[in-house]
Amino acid sequence: MNTDKAGTPLTASENIVPDTRHGVILYVEDVNLSFDGFKALNNLNLYINDGELRCLIGANGAGKTTLMDVITGKTRPDSGKVSFGQQVDLLQLDESEIARAGIGRKFQKPTVFEELTVFENIELSLKGDKGIWTALFHKLSGEQKDRIAEILHTIGLVAECHYPAGRLSHGQKQWLEIGMLLAAEPRVLLVDEPVAGMTGQETERTAELLTSLAGKHSVIVVEHDMAFVRSIARKVSVLHQGTVLAEGTMSEIQSNPDVIKVYLGEEQG
Amino acid sequence: MTTQVSESNKTNSLFSSKNPLHLTIGILLITTVLVTLGNLLFPEGSALHVSDYTVSLLGKYLCYALLALAVDLVWGYCGILSLGHGAFFTLGGYAMGMYLMRQIGDRGVYGNPDLPDFMVFLNWTELPWFWAGSDSVLWMVCMVFLGPGLLAFIFGSLAFRSRVSGVYLSIMTQAMTYALMLAFFRNEMGFGGNNGLTDFKEIFGFSLQSPSTKLSLFIATAIALAIAYGICHFIVNSKMGRVVTAIRDAESRVRFVGYKPEHYKVWIFVVSAMLAGLAGALYVPQVGIINPGEFSPLNSIEMVIWVAVGGRNSLYGAIIGAVLVSYAKTRFTAIMPEAWLFALGGLFVLVTLLLPKGIAGLLPTIKQRLITKKDAPDTQQKGAKL
Ligand SMILES: Nc1ncnc2c1ncn2[C@@H]1O[C@H](COP(=O)(O)OP(=O)(O)OP(=O)(O)O)[C@@H](O)[C@H]1O
Ligand SMILES: [Mg+2]
Repeated sequence: MNTDKAGTPLTASENIVPDTRHGVILYVEDVNLSFDGFKALNNLNLYINDGELRCLIGANGAGKTTLMDVITGKTRPDSGKVSFGQQVDLLQLDESEIARAGIGRKFQKPTVFEELTVFENIELSLKGDKGIWTALFHKLSGEQKDRIAEILHTIGLVAECHYPAGRLSHGQKQWLEIGMLLAAEPRVLLVDEPVAGMTGQETERTAELLTSLAGKHSVIVVEHDMAFVRSIARKVSVLHQGTVLAEGTMSEIQSNPDVIKVYLGEEQG
Repeated sequence: MTTQVSESNKTNSLFSSKNPLHLTIGILLITTVLVTLGNLLFPEGSALHVSDYTVSLLGKYLCYALLALAVDLVWGYCGILSLGHGAFFTLGGYAMGMYLMRQIGDRGVYGNPDLPDFMVFLNWTELPWFWAGSDSVLWMVCMVFLGPGLLAFIFGSLAFRSRVSGVYLSIMTQAMTYALMLAFFRNEMGFGGNNGLTDFKEIFGFSLQSPSTKLSLFIATAIALAIAYGICHFIVNSKMGRVVTAIRDAESRVRFVGYKPEHYKVWIFVVSAMLAGLAGALYVPQVGIINPGEFSPLNSIEMVIWVAVGGRNSLYGAIIGAVLVSYAKTRFTAIMPEAWLFALGGLFVLVTLLLPKGIAGLLPTIKQRLITKKDAPDTQQKGAKL
């Protein structure tokens, strides 16, 4: 079912560099997707600028995770266009090619490699050749070890680095997945509900981390925690029934009558 | 950076207990030397004498051990439950069998210098094309690896690329070996039909009947097993081993990190098939026959049980499992052959229920019990803090 176009130039040359001359790193245009007649994404349009931090909010079932599935190649849309920069058509690439092209993802339900240690989880995620022969003869360079140590430090899992990841708490798994994302050094980070299961203090640290990443990376954050969104958001897109309902700063969003009606309205009583 | 993330530490704590390289190879080689000495130096009747029969039997067990390693590599480490590894084993065996047939020369029943007996019997007048070159050692060695490797590559590429996994994959592997069995039963296939290939005389010019050849084959098998163990050890401890483990536990997640699981799976499947082929090739001269019965789906299931009993995800466990279960089979079938399958099934159920990590999973527990009894109770394992 998946792309198996032998010798596509994009897979052959591993270094895909998105063309961002127009300032946009991710184009999602007129994307439609339905599951058995249910429209999960409905003429969805979204443009993410290079280096931007964008928050994506919306009620349960609005299609946020599905949108990430489409961008990362997990699900193919029925129609529409998704491209990385101006030219790289993401609909032609499979999950691993998209990841290597520089789009990283943290899942809503933290998924780490449970039998491997925290250290190994990060090791496998490091940017670099993901081919068989490299894997067979690979030795970590000093530089890579330093990088792993640095990431472990950032995500606060230094003491746990040799534990199997399956033994971590939910919050720690969240951190580990963020660490795996950092290790891959992607151009675009898709972060699905990063602070679920984190303490207030951890949430603050996550906010700091994500804001510091923006600029060098483009970051898309999905989150239900409005305080968290408020603390990091510059631009917010509201998803509703598979389509973008409104876009703007947090205060613009909050005063948007459509949004108040369908989304914030419910929450603020 | 003040963090102390030492890699050596990790390697020690995680792997050395699971796959002791030097210990396993050491035990294997010492056993080989002892058996050799027992066979050569001690006269019959002495308590330390190892009979020729025992030597051959042990050689057979070591072939099974090599085969178990192959199964463990794909199942234990990569999560591919192959119920068709007997196909690779048997193909390797046939490659060797063809070479041994040609070694018979004109000493067959029909005395035809060019054609094996079964071809003369079928009124064939010349060798079929796929027998061309089968009298050369080099051809044989190539085919032992190429035959199983190619089949695994084609099968794996088709199955893994279309993302078949789990039960469906296992059923497909069963179907593969079953289909091969049916095909090889047919005389027209040119592999001796249901009699298979047998009545071998010599290997590399040495009589297969002579005790010294039997001993040499046993030693060769032990060395092959040691080398294969080293290769598997290298693979599972490399980054490849970690990627493959990650694929076993969360295949789709691996894709989002940028790896192509299907490439890794095909690769490890092919390596495993080649090891199985080697096991088959070493097996045939020691038992003196190869026939389509070896393709039987039941055989492939038995291999999986060896690994389950020994401990999947542990290389030495696979060896222990293969040797122990095969030994049990030898003893059991001597007493009541018809009950063996029930015993095997019962064993599998028991192990699955009581020892999910097999015998190898038991050893560290025993070791730890001994240690904690000796030492003060506060020297707990490091992980116990969590
Ligand atoms: N594989 C699937 N098959 C059928 N329906 C699906 C599938 N994936 C998602 N859906 C449906 O699509 C809709 C959008 O789901 P999605 O997971 O994208 O929502 P979300 O915005 O991420 O919600 P939440 O905030 O709860 O995570 C939901 O109604 C969901 O039931
Ligand atoms: Mg979601």
